[in-house]
Amino acid sequence: MDLSYGHEYDTFREEVKSFIQAHQHKQPGPGDGLKSPALREWQRLLIENGYHSRTISSEYGGFGAEPDIIKSRIIAEEFGAARMHRGFNGQGVTMLTPVLLEMGSETQKQTFVGPTINAEIIWCQGYSEPGAGSDLASLTTKAELDGDEWVINGQKIWTSTAHHADWIFCLVRTEPDAPKHLGISFLLFRMDTPGIEIRPLVDMTGDANFNEVFFTDVRVPKDQIVGERGQGWQVANAILGHERGSLATPDAALNRLNGVKRLMREESINGTPIMDNPIFRDRLMKLEGRALAMQYNDMRLLSAKINKNQDVRLAAMIVKLAGTELRHEIECLGIDVMGEIGLGYGDNPHVRGHGAWQYQYMFYLGLIIGGGTSQIQKNIISERGLGMPKEPKIPAASAK
Amino acid sequence: MEFGLSQDQLLLDDSLRKYLSTEVSLESVRKVAASDVSDNDMWRGLADMGLAGIVIPEAHGGAELGMLDAVAVAEALGYAACPGPFLSTAIMGAHLLNRAGATDPLAGMASGDYRVGVAFSDFVGARKGQVTEVNSQLSGQSLYALDADADAYLVALADGRVYMVETEHLARQSLTTIDVTRSVCELNFSQTPACLVTEDAQLVRDTIYRGRTIQAADTLGAAQYMLDQAVAYSLDRKQFNRAIGSFQAVKHMCAEMASQLEPCRSFVWYAGHAFDEMDNEAALTACHAKAHLAEVGQFVAKTSTEVHGGMGFTDLVGLHYWFKRIGFNRQLLGSPEQVRHEAALLQGLCDA
Repeated sequence: MDLSYGHEYDTFREEVKSFIQAHQHKQPGPGDGLKSPALREWQRLLIENGYHSRTISSEYGGFGAEPDIIKSRIIAEEFGAARMHRGFNGQGVTMLTPVLLEMGSETQKQTFVGPTINAEIIWCQGYSEPGAGSDLASLTTKAELDGDEWVINGQKIWTSTAHHADWIFCLVRTEPDAPKHLGISFLLFRMDTPGIEIRPLVDMTGDANFNEVFFTDVRVPKDQIVGERGQGWQVANAILGHERGSLATPDAALNRLNGVKRLMREESINGTPIMDNPIFRDRLMKLEGRALAMQYNDMRLLSAKINKNQDVRLAAMIVKLAGTELRHEIECLGIDVMGEIGLGYGDNPHVRGHGAWQYQYMFYLGLIIGGGTSQIQKNIISERGLGMPKEPKIPAASAK
Repeated sequence: MEFGLSQDQLLLDDSLRKYLSTEVSLESVRKVAASDVSDNDMWRGLADMGLAGIVIPEAHGGAELGMLDAVAVAEALGYAACPGPFLSTAIMGAHLLNRAGATDPLAGMASGDYRVGVAFSDFVGARKGQVTEVNSQLSGQSLYALDADADAYLVALADGRVYMVETEHLARQSLTTIDVTRSVCELNFSQTPACLVTEDAQLVRDTIYRGRTIQAADTLGAAQYMLDQAVAYSLDRKQFNRAIGSFQAVKHMCAEMASQLEPCRSFVWYAGHAFDEMDNEAALTACHAKAHLAEVGQFVAKTSTEVHGGMGFTDLVGLHYWFKRIGFNRQLLGSPEQVRHEAALLQGLCDA
C-alpha cells in the first residue's frame, strides 16, 4: 500500500496551484452561458495549459500530453479544492470526443474534435426514445437512404441541452430487417436542419433539464455516420462506458457531507444546534461511513489504472448505483436538518444554499434513474460481476 | 501509488486461505462449536504460520508485520468462520503488552502456547458489573471477556488503567452467546492479585481501535462468504424450471449485497494501512470501518440467508455460523451507534 503520488508529482502539483492562483480571476461567472465569449476564452486557456483535453493529440486541437492518470487526478484535486471552473464538459466533450477518436474517420476527427473541445460546437445526445429507455436497442427512429441523404423520422426524449446544441449525435434504425442490436447506426447532424422540433421537458426540479426532439423528414448527408451502417450499438456502448463513471464522484459526496455538517451547526431547534441532537448526528455519521467507503473504493480504482494487475471490475461496476443513492440520501439529510425551512425553494427569502438541497435531492433521483437505472445497474452487477444468468427471453408474441 | 495488498500480503493471504480451506472446514468448526474438541490444534496451525505473533516484534519471536497484514488475515479468518483468539491474543493483547513494555508474555503468545484474553467492557462502556482496584487487588465482575480459555486476562478499568491477572487466580464462567465460533466469559474478582500493565488510557483506546478494525475485516470476510454462498446456491437451486439466480428478484438481492460489500474491502484496507502509515487518521477510520461493516454485514447476513430460502434457516447448511459471527462483531467493542458517537466525538462534532 502506497498512497503517495511520489515526489516527481510534487512539482506538477505546484505548477497547477500557481496556474490557479494566476488565472482564478479570469473564470467565467454564473452569467456566462454556453455560447459566451468568456467561456470559450476560458476553454482555450485551459487547453493551452493542459488543464482540459489534456491527452487529446494537438493535431486535433488538444494539449497532446501522454496519458498520466496521476497528473489528471492532481488537476482534478487542485481545481476541486480551489472551486475552479473546470471548463466546458458537455456530452460532446465527455462522450462523443472519445468515441470519435476511437471510431471516427480521419475527416470526422479533423472536423469535429477541435471545435467540440473548444466549446465552439455544442452537442446533444439523441439516444432514448419514448418506447426505448432501459431497452435502448429497441429504438424505432428510422433513417432511410434516399440518394446521398438519410431521411430521418421519429422522436427522441431526455435530450439535455438540445435547445442550445448546434449538433446532435443520434442513434437511428437503418436496417429494419436486422436483429435489433445490429440494425442501428450512429449519425451526426446539425440541429438547425429543417424538420427538427425541440420541446422542453420540464422536470420535477422546475427546470427544463431535458427536451423532447421530433424529426420529420430530416435530411442528412450520407457520410455523416460514425462507423459502418448497423454498427451504431457498439459505438453507443463505447460512450456509455464513459458516462457511468462520471456521474458519481466520491469527492463531491464528501464535500456535500461537509456542507451538511456546517448546516447542522448553523441550524437549530429552540436554540439548540442540530449538531447537538444525537439522532441527526447518528444519521450524519452513518452517511460519512458510506461516503468514506466510496472514497477508498475510488482510490482502489485509481490504483488499478496504474497497476494493471489489480482486478477491480466489480468495484467499478457498483459506483453508479452506490454513488447516486448515497448522494440522494446526503441531500435528504440536509433537508431534514432544516425541517420546515428545508421546504423553501426558488425565490423564498428564507431558503438556504439557494435551494440547492431540495434541487439536488430531486436531481440525484433523476441520476438514479438516468444513465442506466439502478435496476439496470443491478442486472449488470449480477450478470457481469457475479456471473448470474440473464433473465430468460420471452418469445415475441406471434403477429396475427 | 498503489492501493491494495502487496505481493507479500497476497502470498500470505493465499497460503492462509489454502490452509483454512483444508484444516478449518464447516465440520471442524461444528466440532469446536459443540465443545467436542478444543480450538488448540487450529490455533497451533495458525501460530505455525506466524499469525499468533503477527504484530509481535521479531525480538520476541513474532513476525513484526503491520495492521494491513493483520487485516488481510482477519478477512480470511472471517471467511472461514475460524475459531481462535486472533482478535484477543494476537492483536489486542499483543499490541497493548508490547506498547506498555510488558514484553515477557510475548514470546509465549507468538508461539501459540500462551493466550492472553481481554476484558475491556468497563472501558468500552460498562453495562453490568464493574471492576475496582485496591492495593493491586481487583474486585467485581467483568462480562464478555474474550476468550474463555485464555491463560491470563488484561482487565481495563473504566479510567484506562490495565491490569493483568493470571487465570488461576480468578473465577471464570464461560458465557454462551449466539456466536459459537468465538468464546467469551465472565470474570469474577475478589481481592484478586493483579499486575498493573499501563495507566495510559490512550494506549487502551488505540488497542480498541485496532480491535475494531480487525472486527471490521472479520465481518468483511464473513459477509463475503455469505455472498459467495448465496450466488452459488442461486445457480444450483431450481424452481419453476429455472435456476432461482435467473430471477431478477434474486439477482438484485445479490447485486445489492455486492454493491454495499465491495467498497468495504477498500475501507478495511485503508483502515489497516492508517495504523501503519497515517496515525492521525487511524482512530476515526477504525470507528467508521467497524460501524459501517456492522451495517453492511447485517444486511448481507440477512439477505444471503433469504436467498437460501428455508435452507438458509436450517442448521444443515450451517450458514448461521457466519450470520452469528457477523452479529457478534457488531456488538462487541461497541455497538454501531456507540462507535458512531465516538466517530463524531473524534471530529469534535459533539461533547462527550
